[in-house]
Amino acid sequence: MSRARTTRPRWRLPLRFAVLGYLTILILLPVGTVFYRAFQHGLGVAWDSFTAPDALHALWLTLLVAAIAVPLNTAFGVGVSLILARHRFPGAWLLDAFVDIPLAISPVVIGLGLILVYGKTGWFGNWLAARGITVIFSLPGIIMASAAVSLPYVVREVLPVLQEIGTEQEQAARTLGARPLSVFWRITLPNIRRGLAYGVTLTTARVLGEFGAVAIVSGNIVNKTQTLTLFISTSIDNLDPNSAYVGAVALCVAALLVLTLLTVTDRRRSEWHTKATL
Amino acid sequence: MAHEGDPVSIHVEGISKRFGDAVALDDVSLEVETGSLTALLGPSGGGKSTLLRIIAGLDTPDTGVVRIEGEDLTTTPARSRGVGFCFQHYAPFRHLTVRRNVAFGLEIRRRPKAEIKARVDELLELVGLSHLGDRYPSQLSGGQRQRMALARALAIEPKVLLLDEPFGALDAQVRTQLRQWLRDLHDTLHVTTVLVTHDQEEAMEVADRLAIINHGRLEQVGTPADMYDHPANEFVLTFLGPATRLGGQWVRPHDLALHHDEGARPTPDAVPGTVSRITHLGFEVKVDVTLDDGACWVQLSRGTAADLGLAPGQRVWVVRTESTGPASEPETRSESAHDGEPEATEAARVSAAAQGGA
Repeated sequence: MSRARTTRPRWRLPLRFAVLGYLTILILLPVGTVFYRAFQHGLGVAWDSFTAPDALHALWLTLLVAAIAVPLNTAFGVGVSLILARHRFPGAWLLDAFVDIPLAISPVVIGLGLILVYGKTGWFGNWLAARGITVIFSLPGIIMASAAVSLPYVVREVLPVLQEIGTEQEQAARTLGARPLSVFWRITLPNIRRGLAYGVTLTTARVLGEFGAVAIVSGNIVNKTQTLTLFISTSIDNLDPNSAYVGAVALCVAALLVLTLLTVTDRRRSEWHTKATL
Repeated sequence: MAHEGDPVSIHVEGISKRFGDAVALDDVSLEVETGSLTALLGPSGGGKSTLLRIIAGLDTPDTGVVRIEGEDLTTTPARSRGVGFCFQHYAPFRHLTVRRNVAFGLEIRRRPKAEIKARVDELLELVGLSHLGDRYPSQLSGGQRQRMALARALAIEPKVLLLDEPFGALDAQVRTQLRQWLRDLHDTLHVTTVLVTHDQEEAMEVADRLAIINHGRLEQVGTPADMYDHPANEFVLTFLGPATRLGGQWVRPHDLALHHDEGARPTPDAVPGTVSRITHLGFEVKVDVTLDDGACWVQLSRGTAADLGLAPGQRVWVVRTESTGPASEPETRSESAHDGEPEATEAARVSAAAQGGA
């Protein structure tokens, strides 16, 4: 607030234009063009492309992967955050650093690593194959790749909140008779809800949009292991731009829906927090 | 809430606790009488909060036993001890209204809705927050949060109530009001209460028993008046009130009198000195005196100081009018200290009663 006041008025307008211009060049114009192209031959054509079996399957697979990977990472993220925030143990810094690895290295490397470990010729490949489990070029591999690349987001959002709220509320709940699980549901979870919601949003967006890691482990088999991002990429390669545009729009809409849903629930449930800032 | 049968409500024995290399508590044993309001008093970092947390089950002692109403609770988790605990910063549940905060312990116990409502109403009335039940903690003042935390702790009908620095985070005016309010509340409920404070004035005003803890050790337990007049050691004496040294012994500055050094030594143990500074603090006048073997200060009432007509540089006799303090090593006072001007005129006699010291 004070920063806005110290900015001299004659700089204000150019600054706004600069920000808006940057956004336009990088985001608004390209995404807007995709939307325009998707519908440029009319809604009917777009609908036909959307309801093509391979497109629908790609959408379905993407949502299925998100529906499994996001809860997995939410549980893992909250658990790791609790461990890092509430316990002191040797090697905590190492765990903290490991969580960030997916942010630092390319998703392609993660995909490659998964193949080397769980692929047919990998360490566990034979063992798994003997039990009828295929990981690579199959759903488990896609889920693992998606979970791996989106692993840090919940931890990075929840851990600072846990550190900030401290443990006094939890201790108070204990003296009032609450069991550990009860303390978590009644006290800890409501307190981290904001950070958790944001972490889940980022995780979901990352899972929906993941390309590199999934491209390597899935094998990109149409109607089997082709996610929406792979579908878009393949459509471009196959000189089928309409399908690519419609797939892109579907991806955007799915992401926006998740974002809206989380914002709405968060706003309704976090009235106390808004009031706290008054 | 208090069990009339048992005179001792909280009984800790041989409690020791270390945090790494630091000794927080060293073999502390303490009995808290049923229905009393006891203050654990001592300097910050002395271990008193740790003792309170051990009684509540929020910390575990390395050695020792905690009994509440005769029951050994040393290994019982905090949730099953039936202890009400108020944190220094109140630890309000930020996402719950005042009502839900107070109801928390009852909801955990799955009491019927109607019973919870009635009990919460009653408690909010008791702490004067009836009109604020639907607010969130962030919309309350510090004093209101404090009272909410008390109501929340009282809701579970605790066997004992533990308060960690209950007034520490409040400004001076609210603090004074709340002290009186807490005293009144205790007189109404008679629930055995232990509070932790580093403020000796606060402890003496609120509590009917003091337990002084320093460097992890229990220095002395007793009533405020008793300990003020008969401190067990130098630490208790200096911590509980003003103290100064005269003739190698500790005394309270209001237990000293001054005589003009114009006559003979007024009492055999009078010590000669020179007034170095006079400070007027409202009703009280603080007189610094340079002695031949050090310095002391004397607390006089305004009237007494005026009668004496003191001025810096004046030679005076310092006389003890009251014996306080622990028996410290009685240094033999050198007779050669009597080298002030021995001109004989009448000495202004200052009685102990005139100083209001008794």
